[in-house]
Parts: sequence; structure tokens; C-alpha cells
Amino acid sequence: MTLATDILRRPEAVPRPRRPGMRRPADLVRGLPGGVLVAGALIALYLVMAAAPALLQTHPPFRTDLAATLRPPSLDHLFGTDQSGRDLFSRVVEGTRDSLAIGVGATSLSLTLALLLGVTAGLAGGALDRAIGRFLEVMFAFPNLFLALLLITVFEATPVTLIAAVGIGTAPGYARMVRGQFLAVKGAGYVEAARALGHSRLRILRRHILPNAMRPLVAMITLGVGQSIVWASSLAFLGLGVAPPSPEWGALLDAGRNYVTRAWWLEVMPGLAIIVFALSVTVVGRHVQDRLDGRAGTP
Amino acid sequence: MSAAPSRSRVTGWHRRIARLVLGAAAVFWAVATFTFCVQTLLPGDRAELILNVKAGTFTQPTAAELAQINARYGFDAPLAVQYGRFLGGLVRGDLGTSYQTQGPVRAIIAEQAAPTLLTLSALALAWAIALLLTVPSAGRDGSLARLVSGFQVAAAVAPPYWIGTILLVVLGVKLRLLRVESGTGPAGLVMPAFALAIPLSGFIGQVIREEFARVLDQPFVTSARMRGMSDLAVRVRLVLRHAVLPGVTLSGWALGALFSGAAIIETVFARPGIGGLLVMATSARDVPLVTGIILAAAGLYILANLLVDLAYPIIDPRLRAR
Repeated sequence: MTLATDILRRPEAVPRPRRPGMRRPADLVRGLPGGVLVAGALIALYLVMAAAPALLQTHPPFRTDLAATLRPPSLDHLFGTDQSGRDLFSRVVEGTRDSLAIGVGATSLSLTLALLLGVTAGLAGGALDRAIGRFLEVMFAFPNLFLALLLITVFEATPVTLIAAVGIGTAPGYARMVRGQFLAVKGAGYVEAARALGHSRLRILRRHILPNAMRPLVAMITLGVGQSIVWASSLAFLGLGVAPPSPEWGALLDAGRNYVTRAWWLEVMPGLAIIVFALSVTVVGRHVQDRLDGRAGTP
Repeated sequence: MSAAPSRSRVTGWHRRIARLVLGAAAVFWAVATFTFCVQTLLPGDRAELILNVKAGTFTQPTAAELAQINARYGFDAPLAVQYGRFLGGLVRGDLGTSYQTQGPVRAIIAEQAAPTLLTLSALALAWAIALLLTVPSAGRDGSLARLVSGFQVAAAVAPPYWIGTILLVVLGVKLRLLRVESGTGPAGLVMPAFALAIPLSGFIGQVIREEFARVLDQPFVTSARMRGMSDLAVRVRLVLRHAVLPGVTLSGWALGALFSGAAIIETVFARPGIGGLLVMATSARDVPLVTGIILAAAGLYILANLLVDLAYPIIDPRLRAR
């Protein structure tokens, strides 16, 4: 099963050494493609929703109004209302903080595990590397969701289990990426050059290998948060998520499922919130990745 | 002079197959051991859990009741003996006994052949969509090509259950093109398969696109064009064969993702299947059933990846030299 992964790792993936000096922030924004700008603005909007939901809410998110149940989207209720007459838009805004927290929490856990495994394997090499490689293969054999469900079976469903389940489920993929990155950097010409110049191993590790091997991390974090939110919402959708009063996006999807034939907006709108967020972080993450790989044209 | 090297190549090829098969078996053994550890080391007393699951209550059973359960399930034996029995059972295809129904887990899983059909049809459909969109558009910079590539990026992040819901509402409820409750027949397979296939086609399409664009720049493609080969023929007959390799790798991986997706999609369409079974077993804490389903899925995943590895040298003859 090793061949399958080696095919994807092409020699071009060897990153170029970091260019000295940072560009000024203004220069960073000016050359950006339109799509990346829109995605960045949307992410900023989500952050506002998480930090200060009251700024954007049009109605109190928990106030029921039995005279206006299951109303379709209108100017008054942007996303419509649910079975208790609560304004869905305000609830989606209210749920942003919990949803993002789950995504960030799961990604942090996942990347911590991935770094521990990937860096150890990449640096140690030899038998330890092979052992970690085998371990990752075993982890890959478990479908993500099934691994998450196994954890929930054993430890019962709580927000912490949910974060742990998503984090552990997505860790092997990142670990494999980190390990591959380390191997690519270790074999790069500039590392060889540093070795030939007689630099100490520690210096080569600190000044050349670590900074270059860690560069895709920025992109991995952004891509990971989006994916984690999608995963966590899938679990919540199955009724295995956070407790009902929280209007976390996945919980909103789960609650809307029983009304889907009568009120499509209960399902479509929270899903749209998830997709737009995941898409925005993906677009930004890819742009960062391309820039760091030196593939996108520099302005 | 020609016989000796060719024979050594054949034995080398056989050795490679043997190594791949042994590696796959080792991974499956590790997966099985992991699930065994989860079953035995999980917090709480198993006999107590079984009694509670059976009765549907949370009471403290008496010592006599616990002893009876422990004896019946062999929980009183040393762990090493239990492990040996577990592996012995696996070799014979025995996955243990469900806490809920008290029936063999294998029989419960065997009733659910349909989800495998759903995953496989979704995989085939995803390839069809990805190829249809990517082959004509890869390596081009027109607005249509950009639109297609943008669609693939968006499709890849869309959760299958959400697409399933949209299909259900638009096609089933608003337009009444497809019956919402189509049951388990082939007609009921259409919407779930599309819901699973669209995000996966986004992934596969993006991977193929990148490789496709790279291969289009290769000298052999230019020389074929100079020989007067049409653009479509170049794309389909020359470039595609190179570009599908990463997609094939992805398909092995995707099978695992499809199992996860299928479990959720079945809930959306209220289809009976392995997903509903798994979710039910999870909320009831029926550990043998959960681990049984996971073992079955992991086994299929390992088998699929073994096939992918074996398929490489057939798709790309250059790899036979390795």
C-alpha cells in the first residue's frame, strides 16, 4: 500500500526555500485574485458573527412566536422561521460561535496529533518511521465516521467527544502530509548544501528543515477547519451532536430534518452557512498553499 | 539471453504481489486487534452493559446475573484466551453476538448488502461525472472551463447529506420527478447515489485536472498533435491514461469516505442500511455490532486498496519495472 501514496508525491512538491523579508500587508492585499478577496471578506463576516452575534441578528434567536411558525424566507425573516416560529437567520448567526469552536478545536487536536506522528516519523526515519507509517495505514482503514461513532459508543456523546472524534478521525491524513513534507524537505538541494557547508545537524534542522516543512501548515489549518465543521455537522445531523438548546449548525440541520418536505429552508439555509464557510476557507487555504509552493504568479 | 531476465521479472512481480497481500493482511490483523482492545478495555463492566441494553434500563444487576452473563460470553476467561477466541472467530467469519438482538453480528450485517451497492454505484457515477467534466475542460482557460473547475471546488466541500436533501426537495417534493419513498429498489438508488457522487466527483475531478494539465505539456503530446491527432483524441487516448493514476489512488481512499457518506445519506432518504444500523447500534452502545460493522468496512477498504495497488502496473506498464 506504499506505492499508492508515493504516486501522488511528485518531485515538484519540494518547496523552495523561504524568501527573506516579509511583504507589507498592503502589498499582500493588492495582488489578490477577486475570489480570494471575496472569500476573505466572508470569513471576516463569520468571525463577526461568532464574536458579536447581536450585531447581525434581526430577531432574538430563542424567542418563539407561535403565530409565525414555518414561514418561508422573506425580508422580515431572511432564512424563514422554524416550527416554533424562531427566526432561522438569527439562530444560524447565534450558532456560529459553537460551530467554529468545534471546527477549531477538532482541527487543533487533529494537527497536534498529526505533527507528533508526522514530525517524529519524518525526523527519526528508519524503523520508527516504518512503524508510524504502518500505524497510519491501520488508522486509514477505519472510515472517518465509523471511528467517530466508535468513540461515541465508548465514551457517550458530549461536545468534547464530538471534537475528539472529529480530531482523531482526520489526524492520519494530515500526519501523512506532514511526514511527506519532511521527507521532501530533507532531500532538498538546499539542505544538502547546508550539510556540505558543515552546518551542525541542529542548525540545519532549526534553520532549514523545520521552517520549510512547516509552511504548508497554514494552508492545512484553514482547510482543516472547514472540513472539521462539515464532519462535526454530519455527526450532529445524525443526532449525535451537541445538546438541543444550542443552535449549532449541525444541530439546526438535525432539527430541521423532520420538516424537510414542508419547510426546505430549515435544511438548506444552515447547510448553506456550512458550505459557504467551508468554501471560503478552502479558497483562502489553497491560495496560501499555492503561494507557498511558488505555483501562483507573484504580483 | 532473453529468457533469464524475463523470468526474474516474473518472480519479482510475484514477490511484489505476495508482499502487498501480506501487508494488507497485517493491516487487517491490526484493525481487528484495535477493535478487540476497544471492546475489552472500554470503561464500565461489559456484563452490566449487556443487561442494561437488553432490559433498556439503567439498574444495578445482582452478582448472580452478572456471573451468568460473564460465563455465557466468556468474559471470565483471561484476556489472552478471549483474544485467541476473537481471532479464531474472525478466521471462521464469526464477528460475535449483538448485545441488543442476541443474534450473530455477521447475520445482521449480511442482511445489508444494499449499502455496498450504493457505495459502488456512487463511485462509478463520481468517475463518470468527473471524466465528463474534466476531459474536455482541463488545461483550458476559457470562462466555461473556469466555471467547471469552480463547480468542482464547490462540490468537493459540499456535505453529501446536504446535496441529498436538496435533491430530495427539488426533485422529489417540488418537481415530483422521482418518488421520495422509492424503497430499496434501483429507483431508490438514484438520488442517494448522486448525492454521494457529486462531492466525490469534485475531488476526483480536481486531482485529474491537475495531472491532466501537466501531461498536456509533455513533449509526446506535442509530437502527437504535430502528427495531426485531433484534440479530443489526444485527450482521451493519450493524456487520460496518465492522468487517471492519482484519481485511482484517490478512489481507494474514497471508498472509506463513501462508507461514511452512505451511512449519513441513508438517514436522509430513510433507507434501511448499514448506516442506520450503525447509528442505532451506536446510540444503544451495542459494542459488538459497532465493531463488527467497522471491521467489515475496514476489510472492504483494505481489499479495495490492495486492488488499487495491484492495478497500477496494469494502467502504467512502466511501474512493472520497479
